[in-house]
Amino acid sequence: MTCLPGKTAKSLGLVIDLDTCVGCQACVTACKGWNDRGAELLPDENPYGPEPSGVFLNRVHSYEVTPPDGPAWIVNFPRSCLHCEDAPCVTVCPTGASLKRAEDGIVLVNEDACIGCGLCAWACPYGAREMDEARGVMKKCTLCVDRIYDESLPPEDRQPACVRTCPTGARHFGDLADPDSAVSRLVAEREGYALMPGMGTKPVNRYLPPRRKGPGAAPVLAPLEGKATGLAGWLDRMLGKL
Amino acid sequence: MHPAPSVILFTTLSGLGFGYLVFLATGAVALSGWAAFFAWGLGYGLAVAGLMASTFHLGNPQRALKAFTQWRSSWLSREAWTSCAALFALAPMALSDWLDLGLPRPIGWAGAVLALATVGCTAMIYTQLKTVPRWNHWTTPASFFAFALAGGAVLAGQGWLASGLCLSLGLALVLQFRLGDHQFAARGETMGSATGLGGIGPVRVFEQPHTGPNYLMREMIHVVGRRHARKLRLIALLCAALVPAVLCALLPPMVAAVTAGALHLTGALAARWLFFAEAEHVVGLYYGMR
Ligand code: SF4
Ligand code: SF4
Repeated sequence: MTCLPGKTAKSLGLVIDLDTCVGCQACVTACKGWNDRGAELLPDENPYGPEPSGVFLNRVHSYEVTPPDGPAWIVNFPRSCLHCEDAPCVTVCPTGASLKRAEDGIVLVNEDACIGCGLCAWACPYGAREMDEARGVMKKCTLCVDRIYDESLPPEDRQPACVRTCPTGARHFGDLADPDSAVSRLVAEREGYALMPGMGTKPVNRYLPPRRKGPGAAPVLAPLEGKATGLAGWLDRMLGKL
Repeated sequence: MHPAPSVILFTTLSGLGFGYLVFLATGAVALSGWAAFFAWGLGYGLAVAGLMASTFHLGNPQRALKAFTQWRSSWLSREAWTSCAALFALAPMALSDWLDLGLPRPIGWAGAVLALATVGCTAMIYTQLKTVPRWNHWTTPASFFAFALAGGAVLAGQGWLASGLCLSLGLALVLQFRLGDHQFAARGETMGSATGLGGIGPVRVFEQPHTGPNYLMREMIHVVGRRHARKLRLIALLCAALVPAVLCALLPPMVAAVTAGALHLTGALAARWLFFAEAEHVVGLYYGMR
């Protein structure tokens, strides 16, 4: 059913800390590893050729932001499905393959019903859906639905692969509908925000802004005053006198 | 957006076909016998060819029947229903014209309404996308309807009516081009709002996430064709609307239908190519490209 469920019992999602993300791409690799399973479920076309191209459910961008009062910051920016409340990718789907689960709010693609029309990828503002051109079906982040409920895994592994692997703890997973959950408290504390709210998608995922660095924190260094010695020093003094 | 031939043919041919069927169904051209057979055949042929072309765009066309299930939410699904309903509802009228069965005309009117509804659903597939501001505007359905009616009237040899509809199409195209140029900026999304970092200061791409292009970039960021946009706009306007308007007013209906029809189709293909090539998706903001 591609009608949205309205209010979901939970809103599972990610909180991504742009202050701590170092752009190491470990989450990209972990995501690819878990979801590909060595079975080319997230295929790479021509991986060793001159123009490799592949399907990824999570991509880490890097931006340069220049505050008015200091030097530029580099902000690493992971981008994946935000499991939107008003997910336009779901309602446009003609087949019912795209769906949002009423129980936890996860947005999924049922690959057996997908005709590969690509309309959902067009409807997503965040570029969260990529086509598996080999199988003709749409791929997207599942929030590792096949890990988080799997009781055969040790409890610490019952979270999305990207969250589990992040070496700096920049990714957090939890229920954003529950105001007392750790992720909700983090969002409240750090003023987490949604991407492109103007698109009306009501994303569940939140981003924590990079912390402000004070103007004095990283002063632009003055050029070193070099004092030449020895032969160079003598030449310097001589040439200076000319 | 990537101007894929399958979607260009789909929207252009089915729009023209359903537009022409409207004129046949309402009895605007009084045909009978084999003339009616060929006219209806042309209308059905164009509409069906367009619908077939759309399936080439699918990754799994063998499951296309599933596209009928989600009519409650999806314009693409509604389009599947209205197109089949229109083709089905028009069949008695087509047979009646061909075999002189003398069925009452209002039977055709119902089919004509469904044919127009199909054009409307096709337009809404694109209009609904907030992510593509150029499409997310009333000028999209306006131009789709104008194309269907003008093209249909030209093929149906409607003389002055065809001329008038071609001129309205010209107006719709000019509005679509002109207003469309401002819509991305008017939507107000920037790299700053896409990343949420705009409040700190100006944002610039430091490094792309991958060294090679990907599906998103191939599908949503199409810059190649925009270089010739001005020339193509002129070609579309002249071929699809202005010259056919003159031809339909001056030439005898049959001659006008053939010459203006061929010219109109060429212009329509150019316009539809531009419709995709010029459309910019907000996801390009993440890549610093549109
Ligand atoms: S981020 Fe995109 S794919 Fe994910 S739910 Fe929102 S609109 Fe759909
Ligand atoms: S590509 Fe698949 S999931 Fe996406 S809209 Fe088409 S049928 Fe639905």
